[in-house]
Amino acid sequence: METQLANTTVDVNEEGYLTNFAQWTPAVAEAIANSLNITLTPRHWEVIKYLQNEYKNDSPLSIRKIGKSGVVDIKEFYQLFPNAPLKAATKIAGIPKPASCI
Amino acid sequence: MKHIVILGAGTAGTMMANHLKHELNLHEWDISIIDERKEHHYQPGYLFLPFDIYSPEDIIKSITEFIPKGVNFINESIDKVVAEKNTVLLTNGTAIPYDILIIATGAKIAPEETTGMKGPEWHRSVFDFYTFEGALALRNKLRDWTGGNLVVHITEMPIKCPVAPLEFAFLADSYFKHKNMRDKVNITFVTPLSGAFTKPKSTEALQHLLDEKHISIVSDFAIQEVDNENKKIIDYSGKEVPFDVLVTVPTNKGDAVMERSGLGDELNYVPTNRATLQSKEHENIFVIGDASNIPASKAGSVAHFEAEILTENILHYIKGEPLKEEFDGHANCFIETGNGKALLIDFNYTHEPVEGTFPFPGVGPLRLLKESRMNHMGKLAFRWIYWNMLLKGTHIPFVSATMQEAGKHFD
Repeated sequence: METQLANTTVDVNEEGYLTNFAQWTPAVAEAIANSLNITLTPRHWEVIKYLQNEYKNDSPLSIRKIGKSGVVDIKEFYQLFPNAPLKAATKIAGIPKPASCI
Repeated sequence: MKHIVILGAGTAGTMMANHLKHELNLHEWDISIIDERKEHHYQPGYLFLPFDIYSPEDIIKSITEFIPKGVNFINESIDKVVAEKNTVLLTNGTAIPYDILIIATGAKIAPEETTGMKGPEWHRSVFDFYTFEGALALRNKLRDWTGGNLVVHITEMPIKCPVAPLEFAFLADSYFKHKNMRDKVNITFVTPLSGAFTKPKSTEALQHLLDEKHISIVSDFAIQEVDNENKKIIDYSGKEVPFDVLVTVPTNKGDAVMERSGLGDELNYVPTNRATLQSKEHENIFVIGDASNIPASKAGSVAHFEAEILTENILHYIKGEPLKEEFDGHANCFIETGNGKALLIDFNYTHEPVEGTFPFPGVGPLRLLKESRMNHMGKLAFRWIYWNMLLKGTHIPFVSATMQEAGKHFD
């Protein structure tokens, strides 16, 4: 389905994740972050760039892996993206949430 | 003579040995397969062992029974691969040169990655069922367990057979019902993902199973440690889940040989082209099954479909022809739901599992993403297919290596 974010039209799934990464822009990220009550700081952007890069390499994401990445430790990851950080961070980064096969 | 070497004689490696033996000119090529083990285990059977549905004899056969005549079986452990010198070093010091290498060293559990998991309660009240030892210890525990909190837990993705933990929860519901003690057992499913089901069509079609079976879900749980003393698991946000029996799927990793060889990523999986199955680093190294980092399910059916395509690609490589970018991530899995029923799913990189008919569009006889007895019979029959057809590299009739879209309801 289509929705309006940061004055542009983007395709999203039922849960509001972008389905076409080409439509992601920093402004779209800001808009998604706003809806989650997160204000993006330079530290958030470093994490977002890391996640996008992993996604491009088909590399599966997990909290533990992010903690070992050297980009952010797990405690800070929870501070930056409270509650369910992987779900929030992937949504803002415009990439799919980690999923199983069903 | 040229030499093709396969590392690992599990599902994927054994299938490749059988395919290559038929396809290669054996006057030009020697085929060797290296594995230190004496036994071949039917890994899907580990799911049934804890519930006394299968016994150890159903799961274990001799490793040599499935390696074809004419293929050289080297029953030794591997130290490392020296890719720059096209050589495999064995632990006993022997150097084995190769022209083509096929990595099929699989994935295994690494409970030591999580604080406290392999602590004093390991195989006492904390169990895995991804090893024979773990599944057997769990069987013995459940046989005279009097009830309490049963927690089924996934540490992090990716894992082998991603649906197996959910199947375990379904079969546990069924098992305790049959023992007339279901009211004494709470079943909780704890996952790092957003739910037991993560895809829209599956959620729609299958969510009811959790309610019917009274399985509670704790989602987005990123485990920090297993507290052995107080018998609970704790996540990084401070969430706690108490257990009397914890059945966990620890972090899965590729073989340590890949780490020693400098060929693996941070989880020891080998970076691989997802369509051709060629290693990204070395053009004469190919990767099949759970050992690769491709975003397909780590499952025997995936290895089976890969084997058909990889065999063709190795023949292309030998002739100096371009490789076929054909592998689409096809997987086909039966999912036990308990009480003698099962589901069937069929999917690939780009298509999530949906409802429909299989393998004949519009006919079946198997129904996709729907519980049925027929699917359960399929799952049980699959053990025979595994031992008698799959390992031997026999094509399964009517089931193609790439996913078929006909007969599926994508809407």
